[in-house]
Amino acid sequence: MPESSSRVPILELRGVSKRFGAVQALSNVNFEAYAGEVVGLVGDNGAGKSTLIKCVAGIHPADDGEIWFEGQRVHIQNPKDAADLGIQTVYQDLALCDNLDVVANLYLGREQTSRLPLDEVSMEKRSLEVLRDLSVSIPSVRTIIASLSGGQRQSVAISRAVMWNSKLVILDEPTAALGVLQSHQVLQLIKNLRQQGLAVIVISHNLADIFEVVDRISILYLGRNNGVFNVHGTSQEQIVAAITGAEFGNNNQGSAPARQRKGGSSR
Amino acid sequence: MSTMVNDPRLESERSGNPLQRWFQRFRQSDLGPLPIVFGLLIIWLIFQRTNDKFLSPLNLTNLMAQIAALGTIAVGAVLILLLGEVDLSAGSVSGLCAAVMAVLNVKYGIPGPIAVLAGLFTGLAIGLFQGFWVTRFKIPSFIVTLAGLIGWVGALLYVLGETGTVNLRDKFIVGLASTFLKRDVPNGELYSWLVGILFIIIYAASFIWERQRRKRAGLQFRSIGGLLFQIAVVVILVVGMLLITNADRGLPSAMVFFIAVLVIFDFLTQRTIFGRHVYAVGGNAEAARRASINVPFVRIAVFGLASTLAAFGGILAASRLLAVNQSSGGSDLLLNVIASAVIGGTSLFGGRGTVWSALLGALVIGSISNGMDLLALPSPIKFMITGGVLLVAVTIEAISRQRRESAGR
Repeated sequence: MPESSSRVPILELRGVSKRFGAVQALSNVNFEAYAGEVVGLVGDNGAGKSTLIKCVAGIHPADDGEIWFEGQRVHIQNPKDAADLGIQTVYQDLALCDNLDVVANLYLGREQTSRLPLDEVSMEKRSLEVLRDLSVSIPSVRTIIASLSGGQRQSVAISRAVMWNSKLVILDEPTAALGVLQSHQVLQLIKNLRQQGLAVIVISHNLADIFEVVDRISILYLGRNNGVFNVHGTSQEQIVAAITGAEFGNNNQGSAPARQRKGGSSR
Repeated sequence: MSTMVNDPRLESERSGNPLQRWFQRFRQSDLGPLPIVFGLLIIWLIFQRTNDKFLSPLNLTNLMAQIAALGTIAVGAVLILLLGEVDLSAGSVSGLCAAVMAVLNVKYGIPGPIAVLAGLFTGLAIGLFQGFWVTRFKIPSFIVTLAGLIGWVGALLYVLGETGTVNLRDKFIVGLASTFLKRDVPNGELYSWLVGILFIIIYAASFIWERQRRKRAGLQFRSIGGLLFQIAVVVILVVGMLLITNADRGLPSAMVFFIAVLVIFDFLTQRTIFGRHVYAVGGNAEAARRASINVPFVRIAVFGLASTLAAFGGILAASRLLAVNQSSGGSDLLLNVIASAVIGGTSLFGGRGTVWSALLGALVIGSISNGMDLLALPSPIKFMITGGVLLVAVTIEAISRQRRESAGR
């Protein structure tokens, strides 16, 4: 992680703004994510976290500012543009079909066939490989989603997001609806994603989870940047202060390494 | 990562002897079609005890000829229910399309096969129209097809004109449903056995081949015992059906069409991308949309297919009754169609069920109707008992759904 400051970020937002009618949802926001890094996007309700990821996922294209992906300027106008770049988002509702099994959900919309009929054997084989690589444990890949636990469902949704050559995965509140054990399961999966060299953006309200899994925390306050912190050497109190705006104005004193990187990569 | 290993529910499922595991499955009510098969056997035993002609080859062959049209329309209803929609127009559409065929053939002298095709295309066009209306204007299918239910009856009366009844004489059209393979076709009995054996061989080969492929790919594969048991069940069903019908007039042609429809649509729904997408749309349309599935296309196509099947069922019914009249496709047909699909185990809430539920449901409804006719019971009793069976069947479905959901947590 520490060397990431010298590398090109996989995703970089420069001065992104977004307005909905009279509401300035984002103003001049900078943000970056690196491969092999988990970055937390944190902020109070209405701080603009969801709007920011929707700009990246192509649901609400940004009004102003630049999006750079792997060192290239890109224009993300719709979800397909994002998917073509290798950006996948897992929303809170997971978008799984409860009545279909794990394999069918992993391949939803991308089914493989051998001539006309579905090629269940190939799909099941690859599904098992993907889940094994990510250390996701599920009783059987032929179980329907309805009989899985919340953590297992989240794991299936995340696995689906990363199994199609994704480079950046955005997770919206991945542990919000989960119990302690299941949260642990999902956080472990996020660590596995980092190990495999993916860039992961985690949106969460749960600071304990953030501190367990995240390398860097980027804070939004009322649609503006309010500091980037390295989790090592930052206390939860500092983060809470930045989220609530209590420290507004001197937030750049959050932590030394984070400030350096901030100065180095954004202008 | 492996929290579920500590979950006692899963451990109890894995451990224990087969009987305990079966009991576990029973408690979670993942029984598939077993309750309704059991119910059907009970219905048959009751009727057999009250009238020993019920399980005779003559009557069972009649039963097959009677349920084919109902079952064919019910396959369409299953497709619609898989989407989580409902089609109230199936009955009227079947009547209208049969009338179109009959009028073209009898009044305008158009050859039978072309008249039949015209009837089928009428159904397809109606279905696509209704499906388009449901998806384009986002009106519940219940309302759109309710309008269809009323409107297509009007169209039926209009097409039939003043006479009100059109009698069918065309050999092709009459032969569709009124042919018995042994009685009416030279060597028909032999052909029925050849096709039956071919069916069994293809069925068994496809499962054995799949097992080999899974084995080679290093996936879990089924035990030889379970596979042989499944194949044995199919052999008994096919051979039993052929022995019984060939002890009488032979297999009714309407049943041949119905079975063909079942096999084709089973393949379509279980083995193709389109079928997978039908289940996905019925399970979670928003998830399907985000997975870049063309949800409006799937919806409109299914409505089109369902109404085409309704048309085919109506044509089979007309062929069997040798006429189309003002009550064709009316009366209790629609209710029996939806009841068949639901009794057979298709969920009203979308995404669960198979086309075989049309066969099971039609057998139950048809058996009750047939058995009561043998007993000369009046139709009030018939309706009440059919209603009771429907209620019991959906209750079983609802309880099993609740248990499945509570077992999921």
